Amino acid sequence: MSMRKTLIIASLLLPTQHLLFSQLANAQQSRFGEPATQKDIDKSFWSVFPDGEFLPEGEGNVATGRVLFKEQCNICHNMPGESDPVKDDIGKLFGVTDKKGKPNVEQTIGSYWPYSSTVFNYIRRAMPLLAPMSLTNSDYYSLTAYLLHENGVIPEDAVMNKDTLPKVEMPNKDGFIMAYPKVPEQYEVKR
Amino acid sequence: MSKDKKLPGIDTTDHVAKGGLLNRRLFLTSSIASTAALATASAAYGEDIIGEGQDDWTIYPGTDALEYSDRSRFEVENVKRFIPNFPQKFLDLRLTKYVARTPLDHLLGTITPNGLHFERSHQGIPDIDPDKHFLVIHGMVKNPLKYDIDALENYTTVSRHHYLECSGNSQVLFQETPTDQPIQQIHGLVSGTEWTGVLLSTLLDECGISPDAKWIIAEGADNGMMTRSIPIDKALDDTMIAIRQNGERIRPSQGYPMRLYTPGYEGNTSVKWLRSLYVSDRPVMSAQETAKYTDMMPDNKALQFSLEQDVKSIITRPSNTMSLKKKGLYEITGLAWSGKGKISRVEVSVDGGQTWGDAALEGPIHTKMLTRFRIPWMWEGGSAILQSRAYDEFGRIQPTRKELIDARGRNAFYHFHAVQSWGVSPNGEIKNVYA
Ligand code: HEC
Repeated sequence: MSMRKTLIIASLLLPTQHLLFSQLANAQQSRFGEPATQKDIDKSFWSVFPDGEFLPEGEGNVATGRVLFKEQCNICHNMPGESDPVKDDIGKLFGVTDKKGKPNVEQTIGSYWPYSSTVFNYIRRAMPLLAPMSLTNSDYYSLTAYLLHENGVIPEDAVMNKDTLPKVEMPNKDGFIMAYPKVPEQYEVKR
Repeated sequence: MSKDKKLPGIDTTDHVAKGGLLNRRLFLTSSIASTAALATASAAYGEDIIGEGQDDWTIYPGTDALEYSDRSRFEVENVKRFIPNFPQKFLDLRLTKYVARTPLDHLLGTITPNGLHFERSHQGIPDIDPDKHFLVIHGMVKNPLKYDIDALENYTTVSRHHYLECSGNSQVLFQETPTDQPIQQIHGLVSGTEWTGVLLSTLLDECGISPDAKWIIAEGADNGMMTRSIPIDKALDDTMIAIRQNGERIRPSQGYPMRLYTPGYEGNTSVKWLRSLYVSDRPVMSAQETAKYTDMMPDNKALQFSLEQDVKSIITRPSNTMSLKKKGLYEITGLAWSGKGKISRVEVSVDGGQTWGDAALEGPIHTKMLTRFRIPWMWEGGSAILQSRAYDEFGRIQPTRKELIDARGRNAFYHFHAVQSWGVSPNGEIKNVYA
């Protein structure tokens, strides 16, 4: 009962009036959700937020990351300095770090990605492409450290863990503008 | 108007714009009479069997019914989603670009057959066993709940006609020189479907979301676990957990057994193989909402969360996989859509946008759905530039390519929605051009 009340308050705060109607319609409906256990959630939810929320225990460094990258990633991605065109086409991970005055800038981690957490969040869920999640959390911290270092973001001796990673400021952290809920005036298409 | 171009029952002098565009009502009020001569009764056959001259399919029994029917074998070769070739080195690594586009030039109406719906994944199509798959809704909720496909099927579902378009559709048109790729390669990342599912508001209501909830983080169960943040207003509006497309269970390539579906939003936000919805007070800033699906502006800032799609239209016939064989009457037809609501008007020009005529819209017009338009055109054999321009019920007008590029530059990559031009040359060839 109290849950219902919270919901109605929630819906009044929202601009969408039809929620009230849908609630009325739903009230007639039986409910089929089963309680989700922590185990269910842990299996399904892998997100890490920019402020570090949900970053796991573990720790990694650049040197270990370099070895792992060579072993696990180099068959598809070039190492810094390499230029196999097929590998560049799959995904160029190192590149221009200064985008000033370059209109067609390479969108690499150092030049483009606004949050350090995104690197860990992405590679842990998606890489190495043929076997994501086949490494440990510490391995993913090391790979993140290596990618950030070779993109000119952190020094060679930096250590990455759940406290240090979210503190890393990305060069392009101010490079993004929210188009939701409205595209800013200056980018509106004039007719 | 010379005699030989006179068509039975059609007044070809009722012009609505320059270049031969005719009043759209002409096709509606009078159908073009078939010119095929009716067979006349011939002389008696004597002792000949009467089936003489009939085709095999008329005089032999047909094949048996199939459990799941196929199209005609004569269609298979021509009507298909083109899968590009990849370097052997890619294939050796078990990589492709994981993309197939809809052959818009071969379709009429507004519903895309399930087997021809466009698809794009980042790391391939998972082969999910529905008995082992469930969706969890958790985070800022009173009761974290989970749903398998059987649970979802128990709800009163909604079925709605909506389009889905990849944010990268038509992106080659940002390039400096016009591409000569076929229409499917340019525009084929858009399809129309009757989607059936459970409104997400129903499930969120059941879980009891906190009044402080502002975003929902959706994650898939695929390799790579695609992740996008959806604003709560959208989640409570028309977002659904889709379980069926055109009546049948959604295909593995569309997210089997369940996907998020966000009508009118850029395609990538309709997260397939949906497994987790985390109710949050902020976006997660996943790779697909920072590194990808963001648009670089001329000042080197990037627009992020360009979610609701703009008003757009394309001419599908004639287009660059066809040519005009002879002078005469043609129908110009195509598709228009808006991520905000209904299409209210489509204009067509055959002189590169100098003069415009109103096209007829085929109803019923659904919100956030492809709308087919058509207008008759008398081609006199000269060069022409065919364009369409759509309006939605909120007064938004599709911009020209120049207007789009003036505002957003050529490095945006995603969200190209400007007017596109088919150039017709005097010999009837059709090419994508910039005009
Ligand atoms: C079998 C080939 C393959 C291997 C091995 C591989 N990757 Fe990838 N990687 C890809 C592909 C393909 C993409 C592009 C995915 C997409 O389109 O979403 C990619 C994308 C990326 C990106 C995002 C690039 C960008 O600019 O958006 C990063 C970062 C990355 N990989 C890191 C890694 C790391 C670290 C490893 C080793 C642990 C690795 N990859 C191993 C194929 C591979």
